[in-house]
Amino acid sequence: MGMTMTEKILARASGSATVKPGDVAVVDVETAVLMDMTFLPEGWREILKVHDPEKVVIVFDHLVPAPTIQAAEAHRTGRAFAARFGIERLHDVGPDQGIAHAVVADRAYALPGTVLVNGDSHTCAAGAFNCAARGVGGPDMLYAVTSGKAWFRVGETVRYDFTGKLPEGVSAKDIFLTIAGTYGAHVNQNVEYGGPGMSTLSINGRRTLATMGAELSAEFVIFEPDDALLDYVRERNKQPFEPASPDPDAVYHERRSIDLGSLEPLVALPDAVVNNSVRISEVAGEKIDQAFIGSCANGTLDDLAVAAKVVAGRRVARGTRFIVTPGTQAIYRAALKAGYIETLLDAGAVVTPATCGACWGGHMGTLGPGEVCITASTRNFKGRMGDPSARIFMASPATVAASALAGAIAHPGAFFRGDAA
Amino acid sequence: MKSSTNMLAGRVWKFGDNINTDLMLPGPYLVKSAEEQAKAVFISNRPEFLREMRKGDVIVGGFNYGMGSSRPAARSLRNCGVGFLLAETINGLFFRNSVNHGFRALECPGVTQAFEEGDTAELSIEDWTATNPRTGQTLPVTPVPKVLLDMMLSGGILPLLEAQGLIAPRKAG
Repeated sequence: MGMTMTEKILARASGSATVKPGDVAVVDVETAVLMDMTFLPEGWREILKVHDPEKVVIVFDHLVPAPTIQAAEAHRTGRAFAARFGIERLHDVGPDQGIAHAVVADRAYALPGTVLVNGDSHTCAAGAFNCAARGVGGPDMLYAVTSGKAWFRVGETVRYDFTGKLPEGVSAKDIFLTIAGTYGAHVNQNVEYGGPGMSTLSINGRRTLATMGAELSAEFVIFEPDDALLDYVRERNKQPFEPASPDPDAVYHERRSIDLGSLEPLVALPDAVVNNSVRISEVAGEKIDQAFIGSCANGTLDDLAVAAKVVAGRRVARGTRFIVTPGTQAIYRAALKAGYIETLLDAGAVVTPATCGACWGGHMGTLGPGEVCITASTRNFKGRMGDPSARIFMASPATVAASALAGAIAHPGAFFRGDAA
Repeated sequence: MKSSTNMLAGRVWKFGDNINTDLMLPGPYLVKSAEEQAKAVFISNRPEFLREMRKGDVIVGGFNYGMGSSRPAARSLRNCGVGFLLAETINGLFFRNSVNHGFRALECPGVTQAFEEGDTAELSIEDWTATNPRTGQTLPVTPVPKVLLDMMLSGGILPLLEAQGLIAPRKAG
């Protein structure tokens, strides 16, 4: 019986010929990414032994630059840990820092066909790299770093085949909103993406879609490898790797086809991501206090480019805050060189350093009582970005940028057809 | 019913589908102590829960219980005194955290229909059943593989890592 990509990678990493749904696989972890939250005093335990310092990456991202004394203490703990065990891949505040999943992408730390864990739910972002990457808990990270292992319950797999190509102004976020709105949660299931339309998506677009798999409650989210992906990884990481493609007779829970050419921009209504997508016309004109583009899902160079394209030569509406957070400092510099940052600033946006801040209601854009926000980030749960009475709509960077200009939820189509006022 | 760690009973608090981690452990509390985190469970959606719950009470949830973040929401439920959780389905990441933090979280299809608010729920982890003594109805509970069950029932993964000398014990206090 054939295996899915997830099953192949887990089988290989657990030293088994096969794994199947229902099994518990104890696997070798190729890459263990520790983020700053892991080092907060309440979760951290002093590690006495590191299995292999070369398999560990440390990235400070949720609490950057340190907004509180506890955050600064967590960073100190992380630096001391890296020094003690000789962990060289430390992405401290500075030019190499960023949101962990975006750093993993920039550096191609996630190798195709391997297992990666991180104590953050959006770790599935690295599934864009054909990597079995999963968000785990703090204790899992201690287990992975000290023993080099992780355990997984093997779930069934849902396969999506893409055909066609996205229309202008429609993005990977809209693919996600379509899937989340149509099919809802994928609890205890893996999600795999492929099909002839997959290669029309940029690596950054795949990253957005993979990242958002956490919101589908998927176990693993894995893209098929193609030449664009393998070239991207080989240019940035000299380690050998063996990508995993699905067997032709792999067994799926379900196989679904999506014509990318038929999609349109959507918005998720406040308080829940899944089963909550509507057409923009249903909410257009809803006044907003804040528009946000950023996070591991939408802080890519593609996202900043589209935001700049929409706002170029225009002004953010009076009374609306437009906050943009690049995913990494490297992306920030690339956007600066490309002119996107200047365009955004000229339009009235605030561009922050790379941080998870606003997305999780930490800092750099926290919402007050009763405020309305439209966000291109990961999550719109009640209270997610600040006060529980705030309402958070979720959409693509193009839709968020168009809404920032209007001061209300707006369709981005005109900016891509060239007939915007 | 006989008393053992595998036979438990408690008063039911019912919750719906897609109960997320941010409701059990709100973002602003992530940087606070585990004790303070346990005082924030459901404060935005059900503020009476912590005031009125008793140690050993039971949460009955719907589909995809615990969706959302990797934050240790399961630890907060354990620390505030919840005896166990039964849900139609449990989010994979929340389940991992439940195993690793030693909190009993189990899937029990049909549980939402079988229990009302305030009912007593009896759980047998030997028979893998949940019973409502008011109605006499007994439902199957989905068994957890032994290696994971042992961790869930013995306080989670951290004591194992301590015993192997891989991490330092928690400092007293």
